[in-house]
Amino acid sequence: MADIHQLAEMFKKLDDQLVNCMRCGMCQAVCPLFRETGRETDVTRGKLALLEGLAAEILHDSQAIDTTLNRCLLCGTCQANCPSGVQIIDIFLSARAIMTGYFGLSPVKKAIFRGMLANPRLFNSLTSISSKFQGIFTRKVDDLLGSSCARFNAPVVADRHFNALATRPFRKIVPRLDTPAGSSGLRVAFFPGCVVDKMFPQIGEATIKILQKKEVGVYLPAGQACCGIPVLTSGDRQTFNTLVEMNVERFRGAAYDYLVTPCASCTSTIKELWPKLYSGNMDIEDDIAAIGDKTRDITEFLVDSCGIDEPGKPATGGDAITYHDPCHLKNALGITRQPRTLIRAAGGNFVEMNEAGTCCGCGGSFNVAHYELSKRIGNRKADNIVASGAKTVATGCPACMMQMTDMLSRRDQGVRVRHVVELYADSLQAKPQGNGKTAARKR
Amino acid sequence: MSSPQASALDDEFSAIVGNDNVMTSEIDRYAYSYDAAVLDPVMPGIVVRPTTSEVLGRVVKFCHDNGLPLTVRGAGTNLSGGTIPHPGGVVVLTNGLNRILEINEEDLYAVVEPGVVTAAFAQEVARRGLFYPPDPGSQTVSTLGGNVAENAGGLRGLKYGVTKDYVMGMEFWDVHGNLIRSGSRTVKSVTGYNLHGLMVASEGTLGVFDKIILKLIPPPQAARSMMAVFDSITSASETVAAIIAAKIVPATLEMMDNFTIRTVDNFRKAGLPTDAAALLLIEVDGHPGQVADEAARVEEICHRQGARELKVANDTTERNTIWQARRDALPALAKLKPTCVLEDATVPRSKIPAMIAALGEISTKFNLTIGTFGHAGDGNLHPTILTDKRDKAEWQRVEHAVEEIFDRALALGGTLSGEHGIGLAKRGFLIKELGQATLDYTAKLKKAVDPKNILNPKKMEG
Repeated sequence: MADIHQLAEMFKKLDDQLVNCMRCGMCQAVCPLFRETGRETDVTRGKLALLEGLAAEILHDSQAIDTTLNRCLLCGTCQANCPSGVQIIDIFLSARAIMTGYFGLSPVKKAIFRGMLANPRLFNSLTSISSKFQGIFTRKVDDLLGSSCARFNAPVVADRHFNALATRPFRKIVPRLDTPAGSSGLRVAFFPGCVVDKMFPQIGEATIKILQKKEVGVYLPAGQACCGIPVLTSGDRQTFNTLVEMNVERFRGAAYDYLVTPCASCTSTIKELWPKLYSGNMDIEDDIAAIGDKTRDITEFLVDSCGIDEPGKPATGGDAITYHDPCHLKNALGITRQPRTLIRAAGGNFVEMNEAGTCCGCGGSFNVAHYELSKRIGNRKADNIVASGAKTVATGCPACMMQMTDMLSRRDQGVRVRHVVELYADSLQAKPQGNGKTAARKR
Repeated sequence: MSSPQASALDDEFSAIVGNDNVMTSEIDRYAYSYDAAVLDPVMPGIVVRPTTSEVLGRVVKFCHDNGLPLTVRGAGTNLSGGTIPHPGGVVVLTNGLNRILEINEEDLYAVVEPGVVTAAFAQEVARRGLFYPPDPGSQTVSTLGGNVAENAGGLRGLKYGVTKDYVMGMEFWDVHGNLIRSGSRTVKSVTGYNLHGLMVASEGTLGVFDKIILKLIPPPQAARSMMAVFDSITSASETVAAIIAAKIVPATLEMMDNFTIRTVDNFRKAGLPTDAAALLLIEVDGHPGQVADEAARVEEICHRQGARELKVANDTTERNTIWQARRDALPALAKLKPTCVLEDATVPRSKIPAMIAALGEISTKFNLTIGTFGHAGDGNLHPTILTDKRDKAEWQRVEHAVEEIFDRALALGGTLSGEHGIGLAKRGFLIKELGQATLDYTAKLKKAVDPKNILNPKKMEG
């Protein structure tokens, strides 16, 4: 381990960014974690102060600062509301990379990231095997939500209600596609993302179904790797670079107008973080920038580029549907209108819930490391969903879907969790001109 | 805290407030070493978080008995260093004391604990069809206890007054752990010294607030907003004086100079007139008939004073556009440079034209970028110096410029601080405004109620 002075020197490089925080404390108003704990070390102002203290060698407990840095959802709500425009997510991701460089990656993370994520074929076959045996270890608790819980004590699973691994992942249902643009004149590259592939293949199917219906050509190459967000938040830049390179290899050279994903986290990672944080082979920087420019959230693409619009008269009857804004759409990309438009276009009786734009508390690895806190934040979300009276909560991020499923599964309120594109795909099926053959499987 | 003495303190505080409410680690203490003032952090020795009134009283008594300096902290948004602790001292958090105890719709008052967040309180009051006007810039996070301790102002000061105009009474702990009562739930009360008045703006130096009784009022029924565009900052500031002279009291009367206009427009692309020398943002409110009459007269005055254009908001969207521009002023300026020194020296409102001229001279003299916006209607401008505190040479010029801003404001019959407080930042200048006799009187008062000087020492000490 390097000495503390050396660590301080590394943090001094963040000084130009850190100095922009004027300690106004407005982040206290929006931080979902601070709302639960009220501790200054849990809010961004406190964390930025600690990093400055470390850089100035006033503070010496680097281990405690590292722990504090990881007590953060990286939801970006503070950054979206920061009066000084501090690039908080950049600072936190850089800080985590510095800390990981200093303390090293934990053996478990090392095995998962470098052994598994960086080897998509191994990752895929391991999850396939697991999906066949998971019934032995888990039992179904909510058929409507498709959730399960552990049959016996397992340390990581705890009392989570989780979505089971799909018995047939998306890549087995649609291994590859390469179709030309139809009457829309558009062709997209499709990046389903790991969670859609392994847990929610029906979202991938719904996406393909809509794209076909809109006569959009699809380029779906086999062998896609993880977008890199889990390794980035753990400060593992080495694996991040590898994953970016693998994906760029799959997509560069192909002709397409946009790259679309139904996963908010993948979209914001590819669009915002690949160009900013990739630090490997500089030859592919232009390719990364080009891919980033073309990347769109699926609802953004469908509404802004395919011209799907709200019906003249919004539906008022039928079960109400509400919408949860994923942080990676609202805070990272400013996308809030298009998913709501798509729900209304699907004929949904849309109702707004309170605090729709507040984080669900998942935060990727935050949920694993701080499950109790994650649950407290998630329960507030679940309360708001139930209070809206909606029978379905739609969203644009599979990770949020996992968290909301976990929280709602405990309440037995009959609320379903679905992706916006699933709702829209369903509406195509309901219409007589719909193509029933590619209908999404029943969940 | 590693010394045996420190860990003994940890144990004793734990016995009072509970283990979960004592923080002693290096990082926890550092996280309570600063506030929003541009000042160096100071590490406290321990941080405690009482969750009941009774425990708060015991904490104060324990600090007194052991001679421990104590700084009460709400949201830590103070702009003058009032919540920066004493070295090695005790930070007492109020966010565990955040209950609204009563909102009385018949007698128009509320009783709150000090840690209630200002905007959350105002919202709850509005839900009952009533109005709590003070709206400091940090209201979404600031606490009512902090607002009272600093006598916080806001955009509505001109017509509705500031925090002190809403404090009807209070209960606070003295250093011996006795609960002191002052004021009442009645509109009129002359019983005893006006101690709650003394507590307002006392910056945590005379007592520790336990409960605050706040006045509520019925909300105005109607409002009209407008934006007046001027080619000269002098005519804009003279218009402010002319509106007041015409016996019209707008709810809000704000000014932005050309530098601020350009910065805000660049920030949000709201289509502001970037070539204008100054903007006045005006809102009149009250009974619909009065609003119509006053708005017409304000329009007439603006035109007479040489406004080149007047935009009157016709609906909520247009009204929001006008006020968004004002809300954007500080964030837009803050993004230009790493350090943003937000001043609040205040002058009698008739002296606004002279103060604006003085700020122009100071900016040139010290070669500094100063954006000026603020509550022109109540004489409380916010000259905002944009700098980088790491640039030592420029920082020295900033300090000289700030001093000159104080001197010029005082020469115009003004005051060092309109709403941000004295704290550590301005204590050295107190004597200029108050004189030695006042400082001596204040020191004697402080000595009498806090003989060991444990309550937020050094703050506001001349």
